[in-house]
Amino acid sequence: MSRSPPERTIILDARALSRALQRMAVEVLELARGTDRLVLIGIQRRGVELAERIAKLIEKDEGVVLPRGALDITLYRDDLETVGPKPVIGETRIPDLAGKHVVIVDDVLYTGRTVRAALDELADFGRPERISLCVLVDRGGRELPIQPDIVGTKVKVSDGERVDVLVEELDGRDEVDLVRTP
Amino acid sequence: MTTALGKDLVGLERLSPDQIRLILDTAEPFKEVSERPIKKVPALRGKTIVNLFFEASTRTRISFEFAEKRLSADTVNVAASGSSVQKGETLVDTARNLEAMRIDMVVIRHPSSGAAEFLGNRIRSNVVSAGDGKHEHPTQALLDLLTIRDKHGKIAGLKVCLVGDVLHSRVARSNIWGLSKLGAEVGVCGPDTLMPRGIEDLGVCRFRRIEEAIEWADVLNVLRLQLERMEMGFIPSVREYYRVFGVTLERLEKAPRALTIMHPGPMNRGVEIDSRVADGPHSVILDQVTNGVAVRMAVLYLLAGGRPELADAAKRPGGTE
Repeated sequence: MSRSPPERTIILDARALSRALQRMAVEVLELARGTDRLVLIGIQRRGVELAERIAKLIEKDEGVVLPRGALDITLYRDDLETVGPKPVIGETRIPDLAGKHVVIVDDVLYTGRTVRAALDELADFGRPERISLCVLVDRGGRELPIQPDIVGTKVKVSDGERVDVLVEELDGRDEVDLVRTP
Repeated sequence: MTTALGKDLVGLERLSPDQIRLILDTAEPFKEVSERPIKKVPALRGKTIVNLFFEASTRTRISFEFAEKRLSADTVNVAASGSSVQKGETLVDTARNLEAMRIDMVVIRHPSSGAAEFLGNRIRSNVVSAGDGKHEHPTQALLDLLTIRDKHGKIAGLKVCLVGDVLHSRVARSNIWGLSKLGAEVGVCGPDTLMPRGIEDLGVCRFRRIEEAIEWADVLNVLRLQLERMEMGFIPSVREYYRVFGVTLERLEKAPRALTIMHPGPMNRGVEIDSRVADGPHSVILDQVTNGVAVRMAVLYLLAGGRPELADAAKRPGGTE
Protein backbone atom coordinates (compact mmCIF):
# COMPACT_ATOMS: atom_id res chain seq x y z
CA MET A 1 0.00 0.00 0.00
CA SER A 2 1.55 3.31 -1.04
CA ARG A 3 0.87 6.27 1.19
CA SER A 4 2.07 9.84 1.08
CA PRO A 5 4.24 10.72 4.08
CA PRO A 6 2.39 12.05 7.12
CA GLU A 7 2.18 15.81 7.37
CA ARG A 8 3.88 17.24 10.48
CA THR A 9 3.13 20.59 12.09
CA ILE A 10 5.34 21.66 14.96
CA ILE A 11 3.34 22.60 18.05
CA LEU A 12 6.33 23.13 20.35
CA ASP A 13 9.93 23.41 19.19
CA ALA A 14 12.86 22.68 21.51
CA ARG A 15 12.86 26.16 23.06
CA ALA A 16 9.10 26.29 23.56
CA LEU A 17 9.19 22.81 25.10
CA SER A 18 11.94 23.89 27.47
CA ARG A 19 9.93 26.96 28.54
CA ALA A 20 6.83 24.83 29.07
CA LEU A 21 8.78 22.44 31.29
CA GLN A 22 10.19 25.31 33.35
CA ARG A 23 6.71 26.68 33.94
CA MET A 24 5.42 23.20 34.78
CA ALA A 25 8.27 22.74 37.31
CA VAL A 26 7.25 25.97 39.08
CA GLU A 27 3.61 24.89 39.11
CA VAL A 28 4.50 21.45 40.51
CA LEU A 29 6.42 23.13 43.31
CA GLU A 30 3.51 25.46 44.10
CA LEU A 31 0.97 22.66 43.97
CA ALA A 32 3.03 20.48 46.34
CA ARG A 33 3.87 23.50 48.56
CA GLY A 34 7.58 22.78 48.43
CA THR A 35 9.60 19.62 48.06
CA ASP A 36 9.15 17.99 51.50
CA ARG A 37 6.64 15.37 50.43
CA LEU A 38 6.96 15.61 46.65
CA VAL A 39 7.51 12.47 44.56
CA LEU A 40 7.52 12.56 40.73
CA ILE A 41 6.39 9.43 38.87
CA GLY A 42 6.81 9.30 35.09
CA ILE A 43 4.69 7.02 32.92
CA GLN A 44 6.71 4.89 30.47
CA ARG A 45 8.16 5.82 28.18
CA ARG A 46 8.28 9.53 27.48
CA GLY A 47 6.65 10.50 30.75
CA VAL A 48 9.73 9.12 32.51
CA GLU A 49 12.04 11.45 30.59
CA LEU A 50 9.75 14.45 31.18
CA ALA A 51 9.54 13.68 34.92
CA GLU A 52 13.32 13.54 35.02
CA ARG A 53 13.59 16.97 33.35
CA ILE A 54 11.06 18.54 35.73
CA ALA A 55 12.80 16.92 38.72
CA LYS A 56 16.18 18.35 37.64
CA LEU A 57 14.72 21.84 37.20
CA ILE A 58 13.24 21.72 40.71
CA GLU A 59 16.42 20.27 42.19
CA LYS A 60 18.50 23.06 40.65
CA ASP A 61 16.31 25.78 42.16
CA GLU A 62 15.69 24.16 45.52
CA GLY A 63 19.01 22.39 46.15
CA VAL A 64 17.38 19.10 47.10
CA VAL A 65 17.25 15.58 45.70
CA LEU A 66 13.71 14.60 44.70
CA PRO A 67 12.53 11.01 44.93
CA ARG A 68 11.20 9.86 41.58
CA GLY A 69 10.00 6.73 39.91
CA ALA A 70 8.85 5.14 36.68
CA LEU A 71 5.61 3.33 36.02
CA ASP A 72 4.72 1.00 33.15
CA ILE A 73 0.97 0.57 33.16
CA THR A 74 0.85 -2.18 30.49
CA LEU A 75 -0.20 -4.89 32.94
CA TYR A 76 -3.00 -2.69 34.29
CA ARG A 77 -4.56 -1.91 30.92
CA ASP A 78 -8.13 -3.02 30.24
CA ASP A 79 -7.62 -3.79 26.55
CA LEU A 80 -5.31 -6.84 26.40
CA GLU A 81 -8.01 -8.68 24.43
CA THR A 82 -8.27 -6.07 21.69
CA VAL A 83 -4.84 -4.48 21.60
CA GLY A 84 -2.82 -7.56 22.45
CA PRO A 85 0.32 -7.89 24.51
CA LYS A 86 2.73 -5.01 24.25
CA PRO A 87 6.01 -6.40 22.93
CA VAL A 88 8.31 -4.82 25.48
CA ILE A 89 7.14 -3.79 28.90
CA GLY A 90 9.18 -0.99 30.44
CA GLU A 91 10.72 -0.84 33.87
CA THR A 92 8.62 0.00 36.93
CA ARG A 93 10.41 1.39 39.98
CA ILE A 94 8.47 3.15 42.69
CA PRO A 95 9.93 4.82 45.80
CA ASP A 96 8.13 4.89 49.15
CA LEU A 97 4.75 6.58 48.64
CA ALA A 98 3.27 6.59 52.14
CA GLY A 99 2.17 10.11 53.09
CA LYS A 100 3.70 11.60 49.93
CA HIS A 101 2.31 14.02 47.34
CA VAL A 102 2.73 12.09 44.10
CA VAL A 103 2.76 13.97 40.82
CA ILE A 104 2.18 11.69 37.84
CA VAL A 105 3.92 12.97 34.71
CA ASP A 106 2.94 11.90 31.19
CA ASP A 107 3.50 13.23 27.70
CA VAL A 108 -0.02 13.25 26.21
CA LEU A 109 -3.38 13.14 27.96
CA TYR A 110 -6.06 11.71 25.66
CA THR A 111 -8.74 9.21 26.74
CA GLY A 112 -7.61 9.13 30.38
CA ARG A 113 -7.37 5.33 30.36
CA THR A 114 -3.61 5.35 30.94
CA VAL A 115 -4.06 7.58 33.98
CA ARG A 116 -6.86 5.36 35.28
CA ALA A 117 -4.49 2.37 35.02
CA ALA A 118 -1.68 4.37 36.67
CA LEU A 119 -3.92 5.25 39.63
CA ASP A 120 -4.83 1.58 40.10
CA GLU A 121 -1.21 0.51 39.89
CA LEU A 122 0.05 3.18 42.32
CA ALA A 123 -2.57 2.08 44.85
CA ASP A 124 -0.89 -1.36 44.87
CA PHE A 125 2.43 0.23 45.85
CA GLY A 126 1.29 2.32 48.80
CA ARG A 127 -1.03 5.03 50.02
CA PRO A 128 0.10 8.51 49.02
CA GLU A 129 -1.56 11.45 50.77
CA ARG A 130 -2.40 13.02 47.44
CA ILE A 131 -1.94 12.31 43.72
CA SER A 132 -1.85 15.03 41.05
CA LEU A 133 -1.53 14.83 37.29
CA CYS A 134 0.90 16.82 35.16
CA VAL A 135 0.93 16.44 31.36
CA LEU A 136 2.89 18.13 28.59
CA VAL A 137 0.02 18.02 26.07
CA ASP A 138 -3.72 17.87 26.73
CA ARG A 139 -5.30 16.85 23.43
CA GLY A 140 -8.87 16.44 24.70
CA GLY A 141 -11.03 13.40 23.91
CA ARG A 142 -11.48 12.07 27.45
CA GLU A 143 -13.44 8.85 27.90
CA LEU A 144 -13.19 8.93 31.70
CA PRO A 145 -13.73 11.68 34.30
CA ILE A 146 -10.02 12.47 34.67
CA GLN A 147 -8.53 15.98 34.42
CA PRO A 148 -4.95 17.25 34.69
CA ASP A 149 -3.75 19.64 37.40
CA ILE A 150 -0.86 21.01 35.38
CA VAL A 151 -0.75 21.28 31.56
CA GLY A 152 2.13 22.28 29.29
CA THR A 153 -0.05 23.06 26.29
CA LYS A 154 -3.54 22.29 25.01
CA VAL A 155 -4.06 21.15 21.44
CA LYS A 156 -7.21 20.61 19.47
CA VAL A 157 -6.86 17.37 17.54
CA SER A 158 -9.21 16.31 14.74
CA ASP A 159 -9.90 12.86 13.32
CA GLY A 160 -6.90 11.44 11.47
CA GLU A 161 -4.47 13.49 13.52
CA ARG A 162 -2.28 12.55 16.43
CA VAL A 163 0.22 14.20 18.74
CA ASP A 164 3.85 13.03 18.74
CA VAL A 165 6.08 14.00 21.63
CA LEU A 166 9.77 13.64 20.81
CA VAL A 167 12.46 13.84 23.48
CA GLU A 168 16.20 14.18 23.01
CA GLU A 169 16.99 11.06 25.09
CA LEU A 170 14.87 8.73 22.93
CA ASP A 171 14.21 10.51 19.65
CA GLY A 172 17.27 12.72 19.15
CA ARG A 173 15.41 16.03 19.46
CA ASP A 174 12.91 17.87 21.64
CA GLU A 175 9.69 18.62 19.80
CA VAL A 176 5.94 18.25 19.93
CA ASP A 177 4.25 17.67 16.55
CA LEU A 178 0.73 17.44 15.29
CA VAL A 179 0.79 14.65 12.71
CA ARG A 180 -1.87 14.25 10.03
CA THR A 181 -1.90 10.75 8.57
CA PRO A 182 -3.49 10.70 5.12
CA MET B 1 -7.22 -16.15 18.08
CA THR B 2 -3.50 -16.15 17.51
CA THR B 3 -0.81 -14.11 19.14
CA ALA B 4 2.87 -13.40 18.65
CA LEU B 5 3.47 -16.96 19.92
CA GLY B 6 0.55 -18.62 18.16
CA LYS B 7 -2.26 -20.32 20.07
CA ASP B 8 -0.27 -22.83 22.11
CA LEU B 9 3.19 -23.35 23.54
CA VAL B 10 4.07 -27.03 23.11
CA GLY B 11 7.82 -26.84 22.57
CA LEU B 12 10.75 -24.70 21.52
CA GLU B 13 11.34 -26.67 18.30
CA ARG B 14 8.59 -24.68 16.55
CA LEU B 15 9.54 -21.25 17.90
CA SER B 16 11.72 -18.80 16.02
CA PRO B 17 14.72 -17.19 17.72
CA ASP B 18 12.75 -13.92 17.78
CA GLN B 19 9.80 -15.56 19.52
CA ILE B 20 12.12 -17.04 22.15
CA ARG B 21 13.76 -13.65 22.68
CA LEU B 22 10.32 -12.03 22.95
CA ILE B 23 9.44 -14.38 25.82
CA LEU B 24 12.75 -13.74 27.62
CA ASP B 25 12.42 -9.95 27.18
CA THR B 26 8.82 -10.04 28.38
CA ALA B 27 9.90 -12.05 31.45
CA GLU B 28 12.27 -9.26 32.57
CA PRO B 29 9.60 -6.83 33.88
CA PHE B 30 7.67 -9.73 35.42
CA LYS B 31 10.61 -10.41 37.74
CA GLU B 32 9.96 -7.04 39.34
CA VAL B 33 6.26 -7.83 39.87
CA SER B 34 7.26 -10.64 42.26
CA GLU B 35 9.32 -8.13 44.29
CA ARG B 36 6.41 -5.74 44.85
CA PRO B 37 4.62 -5.38 48.19
CA ILE B 38 1.46 -6.53 46.40
CA LYS B 39 2.73 -9.29 44.09
CA LYS B 40 -0.12 -9.09 41.64
CA VAL B 41 -1.08 -7.27 38.46
CA PRO B 42 -4.53 -7.39 36.83
CA ALA B 43 -3.34 -8.37 33.32
CA LEU B 44 -5.25 -11.70 33.18
CA ARG B 45 -8.19 -10.70 35.37
CA GLY B 46 -11.25 -12.79 34.49
CA LYS B 47 -9.28 -15.48 32.65
CA THR B 48 -9.74 -19.03 33.85
CA ILE B 49 -6.78 -21.40 33.68
CA VAL B 50 -6.88 -25.13 34.38
CA ASN B 51 -3.70 -26.86 35.49
CA LEU B 52 -4.12 -30.41 34.25
CA PHE B 53 -1.40 -32.57 35.76
CA PHE B 54 -1.31 -36.24 34.76
CA GLU B 55 2.11 -36.69 36.37
CA ALA B 56 3.44 -35.80 39.79
CA SER B 57 4.99 -32.35 39.91
CA THR B 58 5.68 -29.95 42.71
CA ARG B 59 7.96 -27.23 41.42
CA THR B 60 6.45 -26.80 37.96
CA ARG B 61 2.86 -26.90 39.16
CA ILE B 62 3.47 -24.43 41.98
CA SER B 63 5.47 -22.18 39.68
CA PHE B 64 2.66 -22.10 37.10
CA GLU B 65 0.14 -21.49 39.86
CA PHE B 66 2.11 -18.54 41.24
CA ALA B 67 2.48 -17.15 37.72
CA GLU B 68 -1.27 -17.42 37.13
CA LYS B 69 -2.21 -15.90 40.46
CA ARG B 70 0.26 -13.03 40.13
CA LEU B 71 -1.44 -12.20 36.82
CA SER B 72 -4.86 -12.30 38.58
CA ALA B 73 -6.16 -15.30 36.61
CA ASP B 74 -8.58 -17.72 38.27
CA THR B 75 -7.06 -21.18 38.52
CA VAL B 76 -8.25 -24.72 39.04
CA ASN B 77 -5.93 -27.67 39.62
CA VAL B 78 -6.85 -31.08 38.28
CA ALA B 79 -4.66 -34.04 39.14
CA ALA B 80 -5.07 -37.35 37.34
CA SER B 81 -5.35 -39.29 40.56
CA GLY B 82 -8.71 -38.84 42.21
CA SER B 83 -10.35 -37.48 39.05
CA SER B 84 -12.49 -38.94 36.30
CA VAL B 85 -9.24 -39.82 34.49
CA GLN B 86 -8.98 -42.74 36.89
CA LYS B 87 -12.42 -43.82 35.76
CA GLY B 88 -11.16 -44.17 32.20
CA GLU B 89 -12.05 -40.83 30.67
CA THR B 90 -9.89 -39.89 27.68
CA LEU B 91 -7.71 -36.80 27.60
CA VAL B 92 -9.87 -35.09 25.00
CA ASP B 93 -13.07 -35.83 26.89
CA THR B 94 -11.58 -34.42 30.07
CA ALA B 95 -10.50 -31.27 28.26
CA ARG B 96 -13.80 -30.86 26.42
CA ASN B 97 -15.69 -31.12 29.67
CA LEU B 98 -13.46 -28.45 31.18
CA GLU B 99 -13.94 -26.31 28.10
CA ALA B 100 -17.71 -26.65 28.43
CA MET B 101 -17.25 -24.77 31.72
CA ARG B 102 -15.81 -21.86 29.69
CA ILE B 103 -12.13 -21.90 30.50
CA ASP B 104 -9.48 -19.89 28.64
CA MET B 105 -6.26 -21.85 29.02
CA VAL B 106 -4.99 -25.31 29.91
CA VAL B 107 -1.56 -26.00 31.35
CA ILE B 108 -0.87 -29.68 30.81
CA ARG B 109 1.70 -32.12 32.15
CA HIS B 110 1.34 -35.58 30.63
CA PRO B 111 3.44 -38.78 30.49
CA SER B 112 2.87 -39.21 26.72
CA SER B 113 5.06 -37.37 24.24
CA GLY B 114 2.91 -35.14 22.02
CA ALA B 115 -0.01 -34.92 24.45
CA ALA B 116 0.11 -31.10 24.63
CA GLU B 117 0.02 -30.68 20.87
CA PHE B 118 -2.68 -33.33 20.51
CA LEU B 119 -4.83 -31.42 22.97
CA GLY B 120 -4.04 -28.01 21.46
CA ASN B 121 -5.29 -29.21 18.07
CA ARG B 122 -8.60 -30.32 19.56
CA ILE B 123 -9.71 -27.54 21.88
CA ARG B 124 -10.20 -23.81 21.47
CA SER B 125 -8.41 -22.82 24.69
CA ASN B 126 -4.73 -21.92 24.67
CA VAL B 127 -2.59 -24.90 25.67
CA VAL B 128 0.74 -24.59 27.48
CA SER B 129 2.90 -27.66 27.90
CA ALA B 130 4.31 -28.22 31.38
CA GLY B 131 6.20 -31.25 30.07
CA ASP B 132 5.01 -34.09 27.83
CA GLY B 133 6.62 -37.51 27.98
CA LYS B 134 10.16 -37.47 26.60
CA HIS B 135 9.27 -34.73 24.12
CA GLU B 136 9.69 -31.21 25.52
CA HIS B 137 9.45 -29.12 28.67
CA PRO B 138 9.44 -25.69 27.06
CA THR B 139 9.02 -23.43 30.09
CA GLN B 140 11.88 -25.21 31.89
CA ALA B 141 14.21 -24.51 28.95
CA LEU B 142 13.00 -20.90 28.77
CA LEU B 143 13.79 -20.33 32.45
CA ASP B 144 17.18 -21.98 31.90
CA LEU B 145 17.84 -19.60 29.00
CA LEU B 146 16.79 -16.59 31.08
CA THR B 147 19.06 -17.68 33.95
CA ILE B 148 22.02 -18.14 31.61
CA ARG B 149 21.38 -14.73 30.05
CA ASP B 150 21.17 -13.10 33.50
CA LYS B 151 24.43 -14.67 34.63
CA HIS B 152 26.49 -14.22 31.46
CA GLY B 153 24.77 -11.25 29.82
CA LYS B 154 24.36 -13.25 26.62
CA ILE B 155 23.61 -16.70 25.26
CA ALA B 156 25.20 -16.67 21.80
CA GLY B 157 28.69 -18.10 21.77
CA LEU B 158 28.45 -19.76 25.20
CA LYS B 159 29.22 -23.45 25.61
CA VAL B 160 26.49 -25.23 27.54
CA CYS B 161 26.73 -28.92 28.42
CA LEU B 162 23.80 -31.08 29.48
CA VAL B 163 24.99 -33.80 31.81
CA GLY B 164 23.31 -37.12 32.59
CA ASP B 165 20.18 -38.85 31.39
CA VAL B 166 19.66 -37.13 28.05
CA LEU B 167 17.75 -40.11 26.68
CA HIS B 168 14.71 -39.74 28.93
CA SER B 169 14.93 -35.99 29.36
CA ARG B 170 12.40 -33.57 27.89
CA VAL B 171 14.35 -30.82 29.65
CA ALA B 172 17.41 -31.75 27.58
CA ARG B 173 15.47 -31.74 24.31
CA SER B 174 13.93 -28.33 24.93
CA ASN B 175 17.28 -26.96 26.03
CA ILE B 176 19.00 -28.22 22.89
CA TRP B 177 16.41 -26.48 20.69
CA GLY B 178 16.42 -23.24 22.65
CA LEU B 179 20.17 -22.95 23.11
CA SER B 180 21.01 -23.71 19.49
CA LYS B 181 18.36 -21.30 18.19
CA LEU B 182 19.92 -18.53 20.28
CA GLY B 183 23.42 -19.32 19.05
CA ALA B 184 24.95 -21.23 21.98
CA GLU B 185 27.13 -24.29 21.45
CA VAL B 186 25.52 -27.31 23.06
CA GLY B 187 27.28 -30.35 24.49
CA VAL B 188 25.94 -33.54 26.05
CA CYS B 189 27.70 -35.89 28.43
CA GLY B 190 26.53 -39.13 30.02
CA PRO B 191 26.70 -42.89 29.81
CA ASP B 192 26.08 -44.46 26.39
CA THR B 193 22.97 -46.19 27.72
CA LEU B 194 21.40 -42.81 28.52
CA MET B 195 22.24 -41.09 25.21
CA PRO B 196 19.71 -41.14 22.39
CA ARG B 197 21.05 -42.61 19.18
CA GLY B 198 21.86 -39.96 16.59
CA ILE B 199 22.13 -37.16 19.16
CA GLU B 200 25.01 -35.67 17.12
CA ASP B 201 22.49 -35.04 14.31
CA LEU B 202 20.97 -32.30 16.46
CA GLY B 203 24.28 -30.45 16.14
CA VAL B 204 25.56 -31.11 19.65
CA CYS B 205 29.05 -32.15 20.80
CA ARG B 206 29.14 -35.52 22.47
CA PHE B 207 31.43 -35.96 25.49
CA ARG B 208 32.05 -39.43 26.90
CA ARG B 209 34.00 -38.27 29.94
CA ILE B 210 32.73 -35.69 32.40
CA GLU B 211 36.26 -34.27 32.75
CA GLU B 212 36.27 -33.36 29.04
CA ALA B 213 32.85 -31.74 29.31
CA ILE B 214 33.98 -29.67 32.29
CA GLU B 215 37.09 -28.54 30.44
CA TRP B 216 34.99 -27.47 27.43
CA ALA B 217 31.93 -25.81 28.96
CA ASP B 218 30.98 -22.41 30.37
CA VAL B 219 27.74 -23.75 31.83
CA LEU B 220 26.80 -27.22 33.11
CA ASN B 221 23.12 -28.10 33.23
CA VAL B 222 23.05 -31.23 35.38
CA LEU B 223 20.00 -33.37 34.67
CA ARG B 224 18.19 -35.37 37.31
CA LEU B 225 19.01 -39.07 37.30
CA GLN B 226 15.73 -40.82 37.83
CA LEU B 227 16.51 -43.58 40.28
CA GLU B 228 14.14 -46.03 38.62
CA ARG B 229 16.56 -46.04 35.67
CA MET B 230 18.87 -48.20 37.76
CA GLU B 231 16.24 -50.87 38.22
CA MET B 232 15.67 -50.79 34.48
CA GLY B 233 19.35 -51.58 33.88
CA PHE B 234 20.48 -48.29 32.31
CA ILE B 235 23.17 -47.82 34.97
CA PRO B 236 24.88 -50.43 37.16
CA SER B 237 24.57 -48.52 40.43
CA VAL B 238 24.05 -45.03 41.78
CA ARG B 239 27.48 -45.09 43.43
CA GLU B 240 29.20 -46.02 40.21
CA TYR B 241 27.30 -43.30 38.36
CA TYR B 242 28.48 -40.71 40.88
CA ARG B 243 32.07 -41.98 40.63
CA VAL B 244 32.11 -41.73 36.81
CA PHE B 245 29.70 -38.90 35.95
CA GLY B 246 29.06 -37.04 39.24
CA VAL B 247 29.65 -33.28 39.06
CA THR B 248 31.99 -32.97 42.03
CA LEU B 249 33.95 -30.09 43.50
CA GLU B 250 37.26 -31.89 42.82
CA ARG B 251 36.42 -32.18 39.11
CA LEU B 252 35.29 -28.56 38.84
CA GLU B 253 38.44 -27.29 40.56
CA LYS B 254 40.47 -28.59 37.64
CA ALA B 255 38.44 -26.57 35.12
CA PRO B 256 40.16 -23.68 33.32
CA ARG B 257 37.31 -21.30 34.33
CA ALA B 258 34.49 -21.13 36.87
CA LEU B 259 31.51 -22.98 35.46
CA THR B 260 27.94 -21.87 36.06
CA ILE B 261 26.04 -24.78 37.60
CA MET B 262 22.38 -25.42 36.82
CA HIS B 263 19.93 -28.17 37.73
CA PRO B 264 16.23 -28.38 36.84
CA GLY B 265 15.42 -30.12 40.14
CA PRO B 266 14.59 -32.09 42.11
CA MET B 267 18.23 -32.87 42.87
CA ASN B 268 19.69 -36.19 43.94
CA ARG B 269 22.55 -34.92 46.06
CA GLY B 270 25.47 -37.31 45.87
CA VAL B 271 24.15 -38.98 42.71
CA GLU B 272 24.42 -36.56 39.81
CA ILE B 273 25.68 -33.58 41.78
CA ASP B 274 27.91 -32.96 44.79
CA SER B 275 26.24 -30.95 47.58
CA ARG B 276 29.25 -28.63 47.73
CA VAL B 277 28.67 -27.81 44.05
CA ALA B 278 24.89 -27.45 44.30
CA ASP B 279 25.27 -25.00 47.20
CA GLY B 280 28.47 -23.41 45.88
CA PRO B 281 29.10 -19.85 44.71
CA HIS B 282 28.62 -20.64 41.02
CA SER B 283 25.31 -22.46 41.45
CA VAL B 284 22.30 -20.61 39.97
CA ILE B 285 19.87 -23.39 40.85
CA LEU B 286 17.63 -21.21 43.02
CA ASP B 287 17.77 -18.36 40.49
CA GLN B 288 16.32 -20.85 38.02
CA VAL B 289 13.36 -21.36 40.35
CA THR B 290 12.83 -17.60 40.76
CA ASN B 291 13.04 -17.06 37.01
CA GLY B 292 10.56 -19.89 36.43
CA VAL B 293 7.70 -17.79 37.76
CA ALA B 294 8.66 -14.78 35.60
CA VAL B 295 9.04 -16.86 32.43
CA ARG B 296 5.68 -18.56 32.96
CA MET B 297 4.01 -15.19 33.58
CA ALA B 298 5.48 -14.00 30.28
CA VAL B 299 4.22 -17.06 28.37
CA LEU B 300 0.70 -16.84 29.82
CA TYR B 301 0.56 -13.09 29.20
CA LEU B 302 1.73 -13.40 25.59
CA LEU B 303 -0.66 -16.27 24.82
CA ALA B 304 -3.65 -14.52 26.44
CA GLY B 305 -3.37 -11.39 24.34
CA GLY B 306 -5.34 -10.45 21.30
CA ARG B 307 -4.11 -9.27 17.94
CA PRO B 308 -0.45 -8.20 17.80
CA GLU B 309 -0.91 -6.07 14.68
CA LEU B 310 -2.93 -3.62 16.75
CA ALA B 311 -0.17 -3.49 19.33
CA ASP B 312 1.99 -1.68 16.75
CA ALA B 313 -0.18 1.38 17.29
CA ALA B 314 1.16 1.56 20.83
CA LYS B 315 4.74 1.82 19.59
CA ARG B 316 4.53 5.24 17.92
CA PRO B 317 5.97 8.23 19.77
CA GLY B 318 3.54 9.69 22.28
CA GLY B 319 1.34 6.72 21.73
CA THR B 320 0.92 5.65 25.34
CA GLU B 321 -2.80 6.39 25.14
